[in-house]
Amino acid sequence: MRTDDLIRGLAADEKRETSPGRAVALLLPAGLAVAVLLFSLLLRVRPDFLPMLATPWLPFKFAVTLSLAVAALLIVSRLVRPGVRAGPVAVSLLVPCGMLALGIAAVLGLTPPETWGPGLVGHYARYCVVFVPLMGAPILAALLLALRKGAPTRPGLAGACAGLAAGGLGAALYAFHCTDDSPLFVLTWYGIGIAALTAAGALIGRRVLAW
Amino acid sequence: MIDREEAWASLMRSSLAGDQAAYQTLLRALAPALRASVRRRLAGMGQPLEECEDIVQETLLAIHLKRHTWRTSDPFGPWLFTVARNKLIDHVRKRGRRIEIPIEDFADILPAAEERPGADSAEVDRHLAQLPAKQRAILKTVAVEGASVGDAARQHGMTPGAVRVALHRGFASLAARLRTEE
Repeated sequence: MRTDDLIRGLAADEKRETSPGRAVALLLPAGLAVAVLLFSLLLRVRPDFLPMLATPWLPFKFAVTLSLAVAALLIVSRLVRPGVRAGPVAVSLLVPCGMLALGIAAVLGLTPPETWGPGLVGHYARYCVVFVPLMGAPILAALLLALRKGAPTRPGLAGACAGLAAGGLGAALYAFHCTDDSPLFVLTWYGIGIAALTAAGALIGRRVLAW
Repeated sequence: MIDREEAWASLMRSSLAGDQAAYQTLLRALAPALRASVRRRLAGMGQPLEECEDIVQETLLAIHLKRHTWRTSDPFGPWLFTVARNKLIDHVRKRGRRIEIPIEDFADILPAAEERPGADSAEVDRHLAQLPAKQRAILKTVAVEGASVGDAARQHGMTPGAVRVALHRGFASLAARLRTEE
């Protein structure tokens, strides 16, 4: 085909895709809804949810996981637009990392060493590493679907950020159920679950986000 | 350079607001600029220049299908150059996995490069031939024969809406095939 002909054809094609930001705004709530549905089928809110909300530990879990999700979404929203640098917003990842570091410093500084081990091991670590990715999976699917409207120069990295965001949101949802509240537990076991989703996002993203 | 980018940005703004004439003007202005830059880069990488027009057309398709990822408040140059560089790298990488046969072996059967200078892409034609029949027919009628959407609809006994959908899907699957081919 001649380039001139191709241009004539392209100019006749008026259909335009939804912007990736709009697609995320439309699909992310759907992914969250599926995750909440999964939660209601498989898990229940911890019985001491309200009293625990008054302690620092439960709000800490929400703050870390939700700020992680927000930072990852911020980064990925730039990664899917060609010519826009994501580096400047990547510093937002320091917020969840800094909070986690503060939480761990608090544990190590304020609680007796003999409680560190039990806090780290927790009671339901095995559930945590399964349910965090499970809660995040529908969110990751929704995000990847939406980000297909974008044009990431590095599809694997964009997929990994989508996985990180889904992991943060999935972990926040799981925190409604989970009674292991030590920041050491959050770092380790939530971390493993979130890392698994990040890796999955990178692998899938490399295939489905290429354009 | 900056003036040129600003002119392109303003054409793209009009295009995204629905001005199809501005869009066509923009693509016609971008094609020679892309061609010159692809040629220079191919030569710099020691890659065969014959593939230049394949890459130009792949890039134009990508610009078309991803134009909604440019925000009208952003500078247009970095967006364009990133898309173009990506398509060039994809193309060269794809080729890297294939066995390259020295061009001399084909010298007799290849048409002289000057015949229709930098205007044809054999690769696009090859993938065009594999599209679903309806998409291919619509693409040919609108692009090659230059029919309007309305004319194409009458000619193929379809509604204008169906023609628009077939046209868009045709370009999207063409781009997907170019990206994932062997």
